[in-house]
Amino acid sequence: MLEILGSLFPAAVLAGTPLLLGALGEILTERAGNLNLGVEGMMFMGAISGLAGSYFYEQAVLSSGGTPSGVISAVIALITSMLAGMLGALIYSFLTISLRANQNVTGLTLTIFGTGFGNFFGEYIGQKAGGYVAVSSVTKAAFSGLRIPVLSDLPVLGSLLFSYNWLVYLAVLLAVLMSWFFARSRVGLNLRAVGEDPATADAVGINVTLYKYAATVIGGGICGIGGMYMSMVTTSGVWVHGCVSGYGWLAVALVIFATWRPFRGMIVALIFGGLTIMRMYVSIPGLPAQIYDMLPYAATILVLVVTSMRSSREHAQPKSCGLNYFREER
Amino acid sequence: MTTQPKEPLLRMAKRDSISPRAAWGIRAAAFLLALITGGLLLLLLGHNPITVYSAMISGAWGSPTVARETVKIAVPLLITSIGISLAFRMKFWNIGAEGQILVGAIAAGWFGLFTATIFPKIPLVLLMMASSMILGGLYGLLPAICKAKWGTNETLFTLMLNYIALAFVKYLMNGPWKAPGSSYPKIAMLAPGARLTKVLGVHWGWILALVLVVVSYVYITRTKQGYEIAVVGESANTARYAGIRVGRVMCRTMFLSGALCGLVGMLQFAGADYTLTEGTAGGVGFTAITVAWLSKMNPFGMLVVSVFIAMLERGSNTIQTNFKIPASASDLIIGIILFFMLGCEFFITYKLIPRRKEEHHA
Repeated sequence: MLEILGSLFPAAVLAGTPLLLGALGEILTERAGNLNLGVEGMMFMGAISGLAGSYFYEQAVLSSGGTPSGVISAVIALITSMLAGMLGALIYSFLTISLRANQNVTGLTLTIFGTGFGNFFGEYIGQKAGGYVAVSSVTKAAFSGLRIPVLSDLPVLGSLLFSYNWLVYLAVLLAVLMSWFFARSRVGLNLRAVGEDPATADAVGINVTLYKYAATVIGGGICGIGGMYMSMVTTSGVWVHGCVSGYGWLAVALVIFATWRPFRGMIVALIFGGLTIMRMYVSIPGLPAQIYDMLPYAATILVLVVTSMRSSREHAQPKSCGLNYFREER
Repeated sequence: MTTQPKEPLLRMAKRDSISPRAAWGIRAAAFLLALITGGLLLLLLGHNPITVYSAMISGAWGSPTVARETVKIAVPLLITSIGISLAFRMKFWNIGAEGQILVGAIAAGWFGLFTATIFPKIPLVLLMMASSMILGGLYGLLPAICKAKWGTNETLFTLMLNYIALAFVKYLMNGPWKAPGSSYPKIAMLAPGARLTKVLGVHWGWILALVLVVVSYVYITRTKQGYEIAVVGESANTARYAGIRVGRVMCRTMFLSGALCGLVGMLQFAGADYTLTEGTAGGVGFTAITVAWLSKMNPFGMLVVSVFIAMLERGSNTIQTNFKIPASASDLIIGIILFFMLGCEFFITYKLIPRRKEEHHA
């Protein structure tokens, strides 16, 4: 039992990290009152852009006769994936905040667009590369588990806590930072005011439009990084058609389970990460693999129904979430 | 504290009214801009946009064979968008059409694969139709009940049901329904005698789709139930105040919505693919959202838009073979078009007034 847990836990952390990143991005977005259903699309955009960033960097260095550096490659992947997610979120923001389009439909469109964007460029670059896009072992190494001196060698704790790739620690750091940001910082409190009641926030002089734009675009950037995790870690640097496959949607659901709190996001992401990979670690005799695969989705439905049954005000979503703000209709 | 705030370069004001012609002019301009944006993208990739676009059109309509293929893509798209538009009209975001199509196909598949030797063709087809609609409807009803009772988020609920239906189809392919003697997971083909009859080269689903366009138009504009849907969509509180049982309308409409999607599953199984695979729904449920929204939930509009999108999808296969442009280009272009159409509504509702004009207005 302990042995299973010992191998399940690290796997759950690895599988839960893209969910956590997607959920953190969406928490930031929804806290500003924007319900962006385009997480799946932004993750796709981040996934291909991060991979393409690393790939073209490597090609450029190789063609000029140098040896690519894993660290630079990873930083480029981080930046390009973030920019791609931000681009998706910027389109969404422009349409919903400035042009007042319906948030639900715009988000769904962003998902359709982003999925097409990812698969299109994934295949396109693959064709040019002669089959498929894959990064070299240098970049792959930069995205594999870290070896932290002393800490990684600790018995038990070393493999449970100090053996992951750097994106895992980045995600945890982001969750902690965001918790502090919402609870303690002035800007974070202003942001929450915008999400709860934009008219009041506007009246006290908070620039509602600026806050909404900034939160949504940065949130999109975080989702983009989550997508990059899928292409760089989950599929280890190879473009797989449709690689995000529903993780973005699970991330949207996690926001509800986390009750819009980044810290709780870590716990639910860990649980759902575990559910997505449990089949590989805990076998249930007589249960076909395909039925086992339903687990995270069935669990999502179950939790959705249960949380909606006992919805309390404290755990409700930001009050203005999903509604556009019209100043002149105040 | 009396400093006058600087007047913005542009300010907006709600239009009092706009002539339908001007509104359509704005939409046409947005559509054109979307095509130009897509064209710029093609240009960046080193292709001549005009050649690519015209190859798409001829790839979709150039010969009777490809035209039939295009219609075959349009049929499921049209019926699905009619189905989900019923739910969308009451602001119930049913994005579970994929799942509803799949369970419909499973229901039809059970009758088609295992009772084809028992029943003659016509009762068999009727059984497939009825079972697919009932199962699809029930699959749509489930989230509606939870939404009506507890306000459960229907977007995520319906979406998760997609993945569950997909996993179930994979289970059937690998286990109980696996074709005997097949080395890899696949389901047997429907017996030729049980396949849907072709009319003008395409299974009769296209006639059904056209009938449904008219029927759904009458349903939403001329019946009490259609009116109830509209009121619930406008405001659930108003509906409640007017004595409409919101929960009941929600459940009834979602059953209908799911039933139409389930019917699509049957048509795909018995008329197009003759078997059941994980690609039976093939993204139709998502593309249909686009169709419904672009046509502003008008069934006749959906007819036009679904044929247009079918053309893009069929045409993108052609450009993949001719120019080595991945077929996912159609999703990309559809996304761009929809972004522009969403954006242009703003310019129909509002007008922008430059700073100078102010004096004349006041």
